[in-house]
Amino acid sequence: MSFFLSGVHVPHRKHTAGQSAVYMPTPKTITLPVSMHIGVPARPSVKVGDPVYVGTPIAEATGAVSSPIFSGISGKVTKISEMLLAGGNTVPAVTIESDGEMTVDSAIRPPVVNTREDMIEAIRASGVVGLGGAGFPTYVKFNVDPSRIEVLIINGAECEPYITSDSLTMVDRVDDMVYGLEAMKKHFGIRQIIIGIEKNKKRAIASMQALAKRVSGVTVHVLPAVYPQGGEKVLVYHTTKKVIPAGKLPIDVGCIVCNCTTVAAIGNYLKTGMPLIRKCVTVDGGAVKTPQNVIVPIGTSLAEVFDFCGGFVTAPEKVLYGGPMMGITVPDLNAPILKNTNAILALTAEETKLPKPTACIRCGSCTNACPFGLAPSSILRAYQKKDTALLEKLSVETCMECGCCSFMCPASRPLVQTNKLAKALLKETRMKEASKNG
Amino acid sequence: MDKVLSLSVSPHIHSGRTTAGIMRDVLISLAPAAIAGTVIFGLRALLVIAVCVASCVLFEALFNMIVKKDQTVGDLSAAVTGLLLALNLPAGIPIWQCVIGSLFAIVIVKCLFGGLGHNPVNPAITARVFMLVAFGSMTVQSFPTVVDTVAGATPLPSIAEGNAPDLAELFLGLTGGAIGETCALALLLGFVYLLVRRVITWHVPVSFVGVVFLLSLFKEGFDVVQALSLVLSGGLLLGAIFMATDYVTSPSTAKGKLVFGIGAGLITFMIRYFGVYPEGVSFAILFMNILTPYIDSLTAHKVFGGRKA
Repeated sequence: MSFFLSGVHVPHRKHTAGQSAVYMPTPKTITLPVSMHIGVPARPSVKVGDPVYVGTPIAEATGAVSSPIFSGISGKVTKISEMLLAGGNTVPAVTIESDGEMTVDSAIRPPVVNTREDMIEAIRASGVVGLGGAGFPTYVKFNVDPSRIEVLIINGAECEPYITSDSLTMVDRVDDMVYGLEAMKKHFGIRQIIIGIEKNKKRAIASMQALAKRVSGVTVHVLPAVYPQGGEKVLVYHTTKKVIPAGKLPIDVGCIVCNCTTVAAIGNYLKTGMPLIRKCVTVDGGAVKTPQNVIVPIGTSLAEVFDFCGGFVTAPEKVLYGGPMMGITVPDLNAPILKNTNAILALTAEETKLPKPTACIRCGSCTNACPFGLAPSSILRAYQKKDTALLEKLSVETCMECGCCSFMCPASRPLVQTNKLAKALLKETRMKEASKNG
Repeated sequence: MDKVLSLSVSPHIHSGRTTAGIMRDVLISLAPAAIAGTVIFGLRALLVIAVCVASCVLFEALFNMIVKKDQTVGDLSAAVTGLLLALNLPAGIPIWQCVIGSLFAIVIVKCLFGGLGHNPVNPAITARVFMLVAFGSMTVQSFPTVVDTVAGATPLPSIAEGNAPDLAELFLGLTGGAIGETCALALLLGFVYLLVRRVITWHVPVSFVGVVFLLSLFKEGFDVVQALSLVLSGGLLLGAIFMATDYVTSPSTAKGKLVFGIGAGLITFMIRYFGVYPEGVSFAILFMNILTPYIDSLTAHKVFGGRKA
């Protein structure tokens, strides 16, 4: 069955496109919350006073879906305290004070990878999680029967406004990507790899087309520059014409989707043994004096990164992790750069101005913008009545929360916001029913 | 830093489209028809337009004040209703009837149902039908004679008798009819503007007018000039472009819009040929307005990936 997945034209605002990334000087301290991924938080494996080096593990993975965390600087642990994350949960966070030396941990050496199991273990040990923003531990995705993997799709869509860090990966970290892709091909038996990139990213496309000549089985798929091409189901459909049924994963249609920076991070670990300790982050937004891509140790406070970029020209109204369509607002600038932070934006009041909500005029903008053909205005009415049966019928759980509906709504109604509440309501209702029946 | 950071759920940017902006575009798109109507029918037409727009805005403002609702006239939808109503009336209509018609459109059809977005039928269309039935407003006396061509409510009856006016005259609107319905050129200019500004899509106007054209062509023995005359006469273009595309009372998906347009075209054709009224556009739109919730539920988008098992 064929679908037309709509979407919206968002302003690009990619001010940092075409620039190279800049290394930021070593921060004085870094703070590493033990949960920077979906799944069980890691458990701190250091005590206050312990010396640490670049690449030293400071928290270990616990449970089937978890990820270890490493120090990106050398120095000593000065504090382990509770930290409130932007997502609303509180977890332990390890604070490390730099000795300014950036001494690399002597235990760092490339992993020995001979089998599929070694490869899964290596990806787990690298601390790599979905770097496109989701933060799902990457080894879990690959830990499936290799015969189920028909195609590996590399997500280089980078459809959110402002962000250019993935494009930089595709231009500057080609060797890391090649290393990662070759290893995946070898150990997971992957034969077909498709790299999806929006058509307005010319440099990244050229660079990946060159990569495709070096690595057999790789093709570059140029995507339309319509938000949200980077949505997993949208990307899978546009690159393979496969429809992922509601409630299913890409692997259920033979696909694994992996962000381009994730691949580069895995390649780098396999080559050098250095786990995920730093990130290239797009620093942008109207409040920032010098927007640029900055390479920083994970755990660096946003305040230090913004200061490095010349500070603020005006006081920001909102500071975000990620892009303006799906990003999360940060309550204060002491928040650290996380593993899955690809951008930090300081938006002015003007940039992030949302019109006041007015009455729905039934214009259909929301349903015509929705890539999945949902009817957000109907969902909103069903949610107001707490009609869970109707919410299920309207397939609200299919919503990927891309925000196209709210972006387009001329009445500025809280559509995607209500979808999120409706999804939570359905989940809660299901749990109540399950506990009643069980 | 002194300033507290705002926290909110994504998205953090907006397209900038607003209801008032859309309504402003509709007003702009109707300007050529209003100007043409004034040129063709004289200053009396302008008076009718002014009275209808002013009464609609005033009645909505008063209603909101009396029921203590937030003021909504700023969204310009009342002004659009007033302008559309006026363009559907003959220039010679008594002014008191304009005021009553506006009261009916705004208070009875729109505000009492809950205001913009909640009215089941289009206020201007419904008021026009009400005035037609209640006052006989569309009788020949209210229609001033234009130049020395066919006088009357619409050239439709004379076309049916085979006395079609010149196609060029019909296109320029130098014929009898309501203030805003005669000048096809002005209406098409407005249509192009609405398409360019992406306020409406082509689906309803093209399917509506297309069906009337094809059926007329068939009925008139494939006489293209005759069929074109029928398309350019009466309220078809005004209704199909500006009233049948009203967001609130027409379907939201492309498929639904086509169903709406085809249905309205069929009804218009049937009333024109088999009904007691010479023109059926208003009734056709009104009837399809009532069917819209059903069309909407039958033509909803297919959800990508289906429902969760």
